[in-house]
Formats: sequence, C-alpha cells, structure tokens
Amino acid sequence: MKTRRDFHKLMAATAAGLAAPAILGSKAFAQDKPIRVGASVSLTGPLSSTKNGLIGYELWRDDVNAVGGLLGRKVELITYDDQSSAANVPAIYSKLVDVDACDVLFSPYGANLSAPVMPFIKQRDLFMIGMFGLAGNDVARHDKFFHSGPWGPNSGRDWARGFFDLARAQGVKTVSIINADLEFSKNAAKGGAEVAKEYGMEVVFNQSYPPNTSDFSSIIRNINAADPDAIFIASYPADSTAIIRGVKEIGISDKVKIFGGCMIGPQYGALLSSLGPELNGLVNSHTFVPEPTMQTPHIKYFFDRYTPIALKQGVDPLGYYIPPFYYVAGQLAAAAITGSKSVDPAKMAEFLHANTVDTIAGPTAFNEIGDWKERRVLMVQLRGIKGNDLEQFRSPGRQVILDPPSLKTGDLAGPYNKARAG
Amino acid sequence: MTKNSILFLVGIAIVLVLGFLMPWVLKNPFYFFVGYVVLQYVTIATGWNILGGYAGYINFGAAGFFGAGVYLSAFLFTTLGLPLPLCILAAAIFGAVLGLLMGYLTLRIQGVYFAIATLGLVVVLETIVHNIPALGGASGMAVYGPRQPFWSPGPSQFNFTVMLIIAAAAVTLARFVEISWIGRGLRAVRASEDAAECSGVPTLRLKLLACALSGAVLAAAGAPYPFYTSYMEPVTAFSLIIGLNAIAMPLIGGTRSWVGPVLGALLLASVQQIATVTISSELNILFVGLVLIAFVAFAPGGLAELFGRKQRRARS
Amino acid sequence: MLAQGPIMLSIDILVNALVTGILLGSVYAALALGLAITFGILHIPNIAHPTLVIAGAFFVYTLAQWGVDPILAALVGLVPFYLLGVALYLFYSRLFERRGGANVLQSLTLFFGLSLVIEILLALSFGSELKSVNVFYIGSSLRLGILTIPYRLLIPALLAPVMIGAVWLYLSRTNTGTAIRAVAHEERALSIAGLNPASIKRHAFGIATATAVVAGAALIMVGPIEPFSGRFQIGRVFAIVVLAGMGSIPGSLVIAIVIGISEALVSSYLNPSWSPGVAFAILLLGLALRPQGLFGAAR
Repeated sequence: MKTRRDFHKLMAATAAGLAAPAILGSKAFAQDKPIRVGASVSLTGPLSSTKNGLIGYELWRDDVNAVGGLLGRKVELITYDDQSSAANVPAIYSKLVDVDACDVLFSPYGANLSAPVMPFIKQRDLFMIGMFGLAGNDVARHDKFFHSGPWGPNSGRDWARGFFDLARAQGVKTVSIINADLEFSKNAAKGGAEVAKEYGMEVVFNQSYPPNTSDFSSIIRNINAADPDAIFIASYPADSTAIIRGVKEIGISDKVKIFGGCMIGPQYGALLSSLGPELNGLVNSHTFVPEPTMQTPHIKYFFDRYTPIALKQGVDPLGYYIPPFYYVAGQLAAAAITGSKSVDPAKMAEFLHANTVDTIAGPTAFNEIGDWKERRVLMVQLRGIKGNDLEQFRSPGRQVILDPPSLKTGDLAGPYNKARAG
Repeated sequence: MTKNSILFLVGIAIVLVLGFLMPWVLKNPFYFFVGYVVLQYVTIATGWNILGGYAGYINFGAAGFFGAGVYLSAFLFTTLGLPLPLCILAAAIFGAVLGLLMGYLTLRIQGVYFAIATLGLVVVLETIVHNIPALGGASGMAVYGPRQPFWSPGPSQFNFTVMLIIAAAAVTLARFVEISWIGRGLRAVRASEDAAECSGVPTLRLKLLACALSGAVLAAAGAPYPFYTSYMEPVTAFSLIIGLNAIAMPLIGGTRSWVGPVLGALLLASVQQIATVTISSELNILFVGLVLIAFVAFAPGGLAELFGRKQRRARS
Repeated sequence: MLAQGPIMLSIDILVNALVTGILLGSVYAALALGLAITFGILHIPNIAHPTLVIAGAFFVYTLAQWGVDPILAALVGLVPFYLLGVALYLFYSRLFERRGGANVLQSLTLFFGLSLVIEILLALSFGSELKSVNVFYIGSSLRLGILTIPYRLLIPALLAPVMIGAVWLYLSRTNTGTAIRAVAHEERALSIAGLNPASIKRHAFGIATATAVVAGAALIMVGPIEPFSGRFQIGRVFAIVVLAGMGSIPGSLVIAIVIGISEALVSSYLNPSWSPGVAFAILLLGLALRPQGLFGAAR
C-alpha cells in the first residue's frame, strides 16, 4: 500500500501526462512567468449547481503545481463568474485573453453559454477545452477545440443512442418523448427522435413543456393514452422530481419496458437522497458511477479529496457528474502543453489530435473537431435503493451500467413497473 | 435653436467622432466589449425614461421590448440578409408598434394596470419565441454578424461604434421629447392626469406616443445584441436583469431629464461590469435592490437632482 | 408530431384535466389572496407579494426539516408573518404616506427592490437549489373511478378555500373587516367614527402577509421551489386580482379557477409550452374588452 504522499505524486505525474522530461528541464525555465489558464464558471444564477466543477479545476492546478508546474512554469488559474448568463460571456473571455493573457482557455458550462465564445476563439485562433457543451463545435468546426466531456462524435444526435440501443434490444416499437423547453434537453430529445426513427420505432407522442412546470399529471395521462413501449425524457432537476412523483401518482402502463434517458437531477446527491426508492428502475444517462468497471485508484483518489471540500462548500457531496471532467480538462491541457513542449495553440492542438491521453476518466482520443472519438455516455439503471440515505450511492450495484457494452455491469431489469417495485 | 441645443448637438457630434476614432487608438478589444454593454444600458435607460420618467408610467417589461428587438434583427439578418442599419430600423419600428399595442390595451385605465400588463409582456413574448422553431426556440440560434467595415479594426470595436450611434440617437430623441410640446404635455400628465385632460391636453394620444417612442428605443437597444454575442436564446434575450436595470438606472440617475438615465446607466453598468470580473456574486443583485430602495426612500429625484440642488445652493 | 386523434376523444383525460385545473386554480387563489387585500382593497401595488409567498414556503420548509407537517408549520408562521407585514407597512407608510401619498411609480419600485432583497437573502441562506417537503401523503393519489387526484394537489387545494373563506368572513362579518374594506375610500369617515385609518391599514397589511405563509405551504406541497420561483407567479396573481374586480375575494377564487382550468386544457389539448402565457392572455383580453366594467368600482 502506497502512502498518501506517494499517491499524490503519482497522481500529479499522471496529470502532467508526459511530465518527466519537462520536469528535468524545468530548472532552466524556473524564473518564467506562470502559465495562465482562464475559465468562466457559473457561480451564481440558474446554472450555479455546476459550480462544483471549480473544485475539479483547483485540484488539478494544485496537483500540477505540487510537482513543479508545466514546462517548469507554475500554473495559475483565473476564473470569473458568468452569472449563468450568455450576455456576460463575450466580455469575460476578452478579459481573459486581452487583459489577463491566458495561454489556455476552458469554456463556460454547456452549449448555451459556450456558443458566444466559439466565433471569438475561431477568429483569434485560440486553444480551448469545452466543458459539457453538446455538439459545441459542430457549427464553428474550430480545430483547436477539445471536449472534456465524453459525448463522442455527432453528439447532437447520438448523445443518448445508448438508451435506444437498449430499447431496441427489448423489442420496443413505439416511443413517447417529452422534454423541458431548454437548450440541452431540447437537443437531446431531438436527437432521440432521430435515432428512434433510424431504429424503425414509431414516435407516438412528442411534446415539450416549459421550464417550471410543476404538475405533470396531464402530460403523463396523455403519454398513457398514446400507449408507448418506451418513454424517453429529457428534463431538468425540478421537472425530474415532478415527473418521477407524477408517475407514482398517476401510474403508468405495464407495457412500458424502459423509462428515462436524459433526466438531469438523478445524478446529484440532493435529488438521489430526496427521491430515494422512488428512483428504482429508472434508466438514465450519467458520466461516472462507482461501478467496478470504472473505479480506478486515480478517480477514487480524486473523490477522496473532492468529498470533504464539497461538504465544506455545501455543493453536491457525490459530484460524479461534473467535477471529474473539470479535472480531465486540466489533464488535457497539461498533456497538450507538456506533449508539444509549448503553449502555442497550433502545436498543442496538433499534439491532442495525434495522441491518446490518459485521464482519470480513462484514455481519450479526439477527432478533427475535438469530440471524443468514442462516445462514452453511460446509461445506468438505478436499483435496490432503500430509504433516503445518501451513502448507499457510493457503493456499486445501485447505479448499474447497462451501456456502453465495454463498461457494462448488469442487464436491463424490466418492464419499468416491475423494476420500479424494486 | 437655443444655445443649449447647439451645445448639446456639438457634444453629441464630438462623442460620435470619438467613437469612430477610439478603436484605432485604444488597442485592447476588452474595453470595447465592456463599453458595448455600458452603452446598451445607456440606450435602455434612456428609452425607458421617455415613458417612465416623463409620463410617470412604469414599464416592467423593458426586457420584452429588448428581446423583441434582438429576435427581429437576428431573424431579418440571418434569413433575409438585410443590412445591419435596416435591421436596427426594423427593430425600432417593431418596438414602436409593440409599445402602441400595449399602450392601447392598458393606458385607457390607470398607470398601475399598464405596469402589471408589462410584467406579463415578457412572459408572453418569451412563450411565443419558445414556440416558433424558425427562431431556434430554447436551443437558441447562432448568429454570425456582418464583417466589420474598413473604418473599424475589429468586430468588437464595430459593435461598440454601432451601439454608440444608437445610444447617441436615443439620447437626442429623449432630449427632443423633453424640451418639445410632447414633454410639456407628458409632464402635465404626470402632475395630474385629470387636470391635464380638463385643460385640453390630449393625454391618451400623448401617452401612446411616449409608449411608441420608448418601445422603439428599447427594441433598437436589442438589435445589435445578437451580433455582440454571436448567439441568442430566449433566457438571456428576455433576461430579468435588463428589466431591472431599465428601472434602476433612471431612478438612480434621476427621471426628470435626459441626463439622469445616462448618468445612472454609466454609473451602474460600469460598476456591474467591474464587479463581474472582480467580486461578482448574488451580492451584486442585493446591492441593486438596496440602492433602489434607498433612492426611492431618500432621493426620489436621483443623482441629477442631488447634484442640481448642490449647484443651486452653491450659486445662491 | 402529436398523437392527438385518440386524445381528443378520451373522456377521462378531459375530466382529469378539468379537475386538475380546478385544484391548481384553488392554489393560485391562495397565492392571490394577500394581493387581493393589499392591492385590491388598500390600493398598495405590492409586487413583492409572490416573493413573500416564497419566503413563507421557505419558512414551512425549515420547520418541515424538523418533521413538522407543512400545514401545522403554516399555522405556526401566521403570527411572525403578520408581524412582518405590519413592519413592512410601517416602513412603507413612513416613507410615503407622510409625504402626502405615494405615487405609483415609487411604491412599485420600492416593492420591486424589496422583492429582490428578499430573494437574495433567501438564496444566501438556503442556496439556489430546489427545495421540497417530504410528507407521507405526497406521492400517492385518491382514485375515484376514472379520476386520479394526487394528494399533493388535493390537500393544498382544500386548504386554500378554507383560508379564503375565513378571511372573507372576517372582512364581511366583523366591524374591523368592514373598516378594512372602507379604509381606501372613506378614510375621513373612519376618522370621524373614531377609528384610526393608519392602524386599520397596518392590520390589513399584516393579514395579507400572514396569508403568504399558508400560500407558501400550499405551493411547496404542489412542487419544489427555489428563491426565485415567485417571479413566475407575479403575472398570474395580478391577473387574478385585477380581473376579479379589485378586492372581490370570492371573485378572485372564481377567476383563479378559470385560469387554472384554461391552463390545464391548454396543456392537455394544445401544448404545455403555451401554458405560461395563458394567464396574461386572459388578463390582456379582459383589460381590452371590459376595462370599465372590471375596474369601475376601483376609483
């Protein structure tokens, strides 16, 4: 068993990617000014539940600096609060680039906030790691942009393909789709409808509802009237709770084989513990769960340090969905810098296009517009949840991975009503 | 033309010339990103004040007019390929029509109902945008703006100059309204609607005119926004912050004359922009709320009156 | 895209939509009650009322964390919220009534500023995540033939008419109630009769604010809330008060139910994404078609 300190060093070395030669040469550059990494984070406003990502950035920065930084230069992280508003994004990135002279940029969270910065980085030819924006670079097609999230290519359409793969295996013929009228869920639902069509399924009901809808009884009745084999839902935390509750109140046909898809909320500790056993049977997307096929010492070490900080800051105590990929963003930047031995955007991008990088979320390689070459969005089924204790979600078997096959830890339990009963 | 008017127009001309020259002198684009936002708020506050300040009719729906301008100009630019000045003009006309419509529906009764109806305007317009696929709905729409012309060094500088022209036009319009027969009539409406009506002031027509002008300026303020962010989506286009600032800035600056909103916007918008890259947090909105209460409570005339009082005292 | 053919024909969807609409409308009426008193009777445009309802919901949430039933928590909250209302009124009248009456612009701005301050204080103390209460009856339904009524809606919807009825009886059957209804128009007459108009208004504002905590309990039972949830209710509650005819409390219950049913029908048969605009469309139509008839009594 290694000591904590050894582990720390090991982690940092991994973080720095090909750090060894850089550290050897570090003395020559020791007097250099720090490498600046700039990001906009939503500390306030409707997206402030994503602010725990900042812990990921900071852990990465500390790990890198603990082993002497990159190319012998310390790493300095500069972040501003965009208040979850796209209107603030242009000025913030101009500040990061034109005033703070950052060498590497991380995008704001999600496609809505990232869209304003895409023309800017393309026009200035800057290097950027994208944070959780679905199909973020599909329009701009900037060759120095890389996603930290495992969305994979054609993410606008294929993001939730795993759900429909599972549905097809169950012989699903008819699908109902509902989504919140917000960017992420709307795109996920649109992509879902296309994939369903491609698989020869009939979309018998397809409706969007406004954010802040608190009563889903009429929608659920309409879904029941359409009598589908599968129900695909793209929702945000408030509606996810209301939908799960609504299903319990109104009931749903025994015919439904698979239920869920793209509900934001049941990845976060607060919602998992407040709904508890009501979540049993739900099939939902995720980015990381503590199942044996994903658990590595590296990521475990990450969460060992994340959890106490998160508890202190009052943010999501589990932090499975977002924070690891903020750390990954740092690792990608570090790999690009040490690999190309420069902070030149073209050289960094060239390195990431040509090499596979080891991250705490596994190895990653990129296509020409910076998508992960392979989609690695998880479809997990919530099972065996008893009571409202949060700690149960830290152990394997509660969030069983059904897809992708390479990480699979169990088979779909169905139909939904049976799985729901536990 | 009075001496004051000539001085005012010379001042506007100097500001405009500076607006064209500055991008070539000041090299860092950051200042133009920030300057754009500040000028956008100067326009919004000025437009709001034409109705809110001069006539005393409070509009909570500034974001509705602003968002309408954003969407109309982006739609005309991307689908019909209209040139930018026409997009701005069209947005202004659309804003005027919207203002007229709102006024016609609610102004016949009492100011309070107008205020309440404007609260809903934002909700209704946002709902409509959500349901029109051609406008991108909730997913928003990427907008690649026009290339900057030869006289501007870059896109952010170009947007800045465009916004400056709109702001200058808005302030000139507000000042014209203020010193003309329209302003006199509106002041009479504000002092006492019944008395004004009795002494032959065409109150309803004046109020409708103020609604239309105010709506036009607010929508014009939104017209270049999609080119500034290269992207638009309903949540930010109809953002509450816009409606909030539209009221707070004139109240802080002073609602009686065109100077007030300009002063209030320059001050509050700069503070907000600085706060965004320094301390930003919820405390920012808390600060605006407290400042609003403080001004309503202790300085209902705003900064302009505070300064004015001091000057008068100094003179006498 | 929509499979509406079979839906249009289905009786149980229609019946359930109507019932859901009535229940939601009843909850809206509870939200609007305080405003019907402050704005409808006292003519104080208190746009902070929906935010006060959210504050009430957070009060209920806090007690519910210790296992107190939301309805009981709301009853506990009546006194502190009454006092809060009295304090708010004192603040308001100190500022304006002494200056010789408030102008609408200033009082609207004051309450707007106030609601911002309350929202941020809530966000700072509770965070901006959604909060809900867990009670045993949330999550199950009453089944009556083809009707399925979630208790989550039924209980708040029954709570609302009880509160509205109590306030209405108080206003119409007691002397103080009559004085409250008269105070906006007959201030001088009240003074002659030996009553202090200022203390009557203060009392009325206190009652209005106290209803916010009950409305808050109803709201948090229906669904989760966050500090800024009040903004989505402003339109509805004003539409209800204005259309009901300023201060008519039974009228506000009727209008609230009409709005609730319209929203439920729109979301069942047209598309849920149109439902946020329904209340305002009704308000604008009302203002355009019958302005004098609706507000003739106001001034």
